Amino acid sequence: MLEPLARTALLGFAHLLTGVRAIYDAPLPDRPCVYYGNHVSHGDFALIWAVLPADRRRRTRPVAGADYWEKGIVRTYVGRRVVRAVLIERERDKRAQDPIAQMSAVLTAGESLILFPEGTRNLTDAELLRFRSGLYHLGRTNPGLPLVPAWIDNLHRVLPKGELLPIPLLCTVHFGAPLAVADDEDKDAFLERARAALLARRPAHLEHA
Amino acid sequence: MSTTATLFLGIFGVLLFASAVAHTLHLTVAGRRPHGVIDNLRDRINAWWAMVGLVALAFAFGKTGVIVLFGLLSLLALREFVTLTHTRRSDYLALALAFYVALPMQYLLVWIEWYGLYSIFIPVYGFLLLPIVAALRADATHFLDRIACVQWALMLAVFCLSHVPALVTLDIPGYEGQGILLIAFLVIVVQSSDVLQYVWGKLFGKRKVAPTLSPSKTWEGLLGGVLSSTALGAGLWWITPFTPLQAAVIAFTVNVMGFFGGLVMSAIKRDHGVKDWGHLIAGHGGVLDRLDSVLFSAPVFFHMVRYLFGAQSTQ
Repeated sequence: MLEPLARTALLGFAHLLTGVRAIYDAPLPDRPCVYYGNHVSHGDFALIWAVLPADRRRRTRPVAGADYWEKGIVRTYVGRRVVRAVLIERERDKRAQDPIAQMSAVLTAGESLILFPEGTRNLTDAELLRFRSGLYHLGRTNPGLPLVPAWIDNLHRVLPKGELLPIPLLCTVHFGAPLAVADDEDKDAFLERARAALLARRPAHLEHA
Repeated sequence: MSTTATLFLGIFGVLLFASAVAHTLHLTVAGRRPHGVIDNLRDRINAWWAMVGLVALAFAFGKTGVIVLFGLLSLLALREFVTLTHTRRSDYLALALAFYVALPMQYLLVWIEWYGLYSIFIPVYGFLLLPIVAALRADATHFLDRIACVQWALMLAVFCLSHVPALVTLDIPGYEGQGILLIAFLVIVVQSSDVLQYVWGKLFGKRKVAPTLSPSKTWEGLLGGVLSSTALGAGLWWITPFTPLQAAVIAFTVNVMGFFGGLVMSAIKRDHGVKDWGHLIAGHGGVLDRLDSVLFSAPVFFHMVRYLFGAQSTQ
C-alpha cells in the first residue's frame, strides 16, 4: 500500500535535490541486464533508479549488503519493501546463500540488477576502487548477460562522508555501451576491462576532486 | 487597463508573432522535417512562453512573488555554478552555508528592505566568513581557487541576481507602488538585447568579437542587437519614471553590461570545457545561460535608478 508512495517520494526527492540527468552512449539492452556503477554514497542506486525509464525501473532491483539493510525496522522496511533490494551477505563465512545464485535467480525471473562492484562505498581520494570478483562470476554464470557501466557523477559532493545535510548540486548518470564476459576471458583481465569502461564515462572536468 | 496588463498583453502579442513566424519556417523552409536552427528556434520560443508565464504569475503576487521567484532562480543558478567548479570535501561547510544561510538571508534582507546590509552582506561578510570556515578544515590544497569559486558563485548567483527583486523596494517620488515595472523594464531590455543580438548575428554576422571565448558573438550582432534594444528601451519609457532620452541612455548602459556579462560567463564555461551551464531550459541551456546578462546589468541598473531617481539620493 504505502510502498509506491514511498518510492515516488524517494525518486521525487532524488530528482529535486540533484536535478539528475542521464546520458546514454548506446541504447539500453532490451533484456534483463546488470547496471554497474561507482559507489560513493548510500544514494547511488537511487540516482540510477531515478533516471531509468519507468517500465525498466519497475523491473530493476539494487543489490545491497544485508549487514547494512537489515539493521533496524526502517532500513529493513525500505530495503525489502520499498526498493526491493536483493540483500546479500558480504562476509564469506556468514553466508547461508550463494550471492551469485541469488542474483542469477533474479535475472532468470526477468528482472535487472544494480550492482556496485567495488563492494563498499569509496570514501578515499581514488576515483574508483578495485573491483571485487562478483561481476565476473555473475557474467560467467549467465553467458551473454549485458553489463552496463553507469558512472554516477557528483553525488560525493552532494553528501560527503559523515555529513547529514545534502548540498543540492547537479548530478548525471552516464551509461556506456554494454559489455559481456568473453568465453575465454580471465577474471583479472575482465575486471580491469569493466573497470576501465566505467572510468571512461567519467567527465573530464573534475580535475581537483 | 493597468500598465502591467498592457505590457504583458504586448509581450504575449510578440510571442504569438514569433511562434507564428517559427511555425511558418517549420512548414516552409524545413518542410516539417527536423532542422537544427529552426527546431532550436521553436524550442527557444516555447521556453519563452513558459518563462513569461512564470514571471506573469510572480508579478500577480507582487513583491512576495518576485522575491520568491528570484530566490528560486538564485538557488538554481548557484547549483549550476558550484556544480561546475572544483570544490573538495573540506568545502562542505562553506557550501552548506552558501546554500542554506547566505542565499535565504540575502533574500530576507531584500524582503525587509534593509539596503545597508544586503548591499554588503555577501561582498563583505560572506567574503570574510567563508574562507574562515573553509580554513578550519585544515585542507590547503588549491585553497584560494576553491574559496574564490564559492565567493564568485555567491556574488553572481545570489548577490547580483537579488538586485532584480530589490527594484521593487526602491522609493521613487511620483512612482509609488510601481517598482515592479522596473523589473519588467530591466528584464525586457536585457533579454530582448540577447534575442536581437542572436537575430542580427544570424542574419548579418561576419566579424567575431571574441572567437576564442564565444564563437556566436559578432560585431554585427552586437551593434544591431544593442542599438535596437536600446530603441525598444526608449520606447518603454512610459512604464518607468524616466524620460524617453533617460530610458535610452539607461537601456544602452544595461545592454552593454549585459553583453559583457555574457562574455565573462562564456570565458568561464570555455575554461571548464562546457557549452552550457545546465539543461533545465530546452533550447537555451541552464538558468545561468539565460540570466548571464541580467546578472551583470542588475546591480548597475539598480544603483543608477536608486541614486538618480530614488528618494534616498538626498541622504
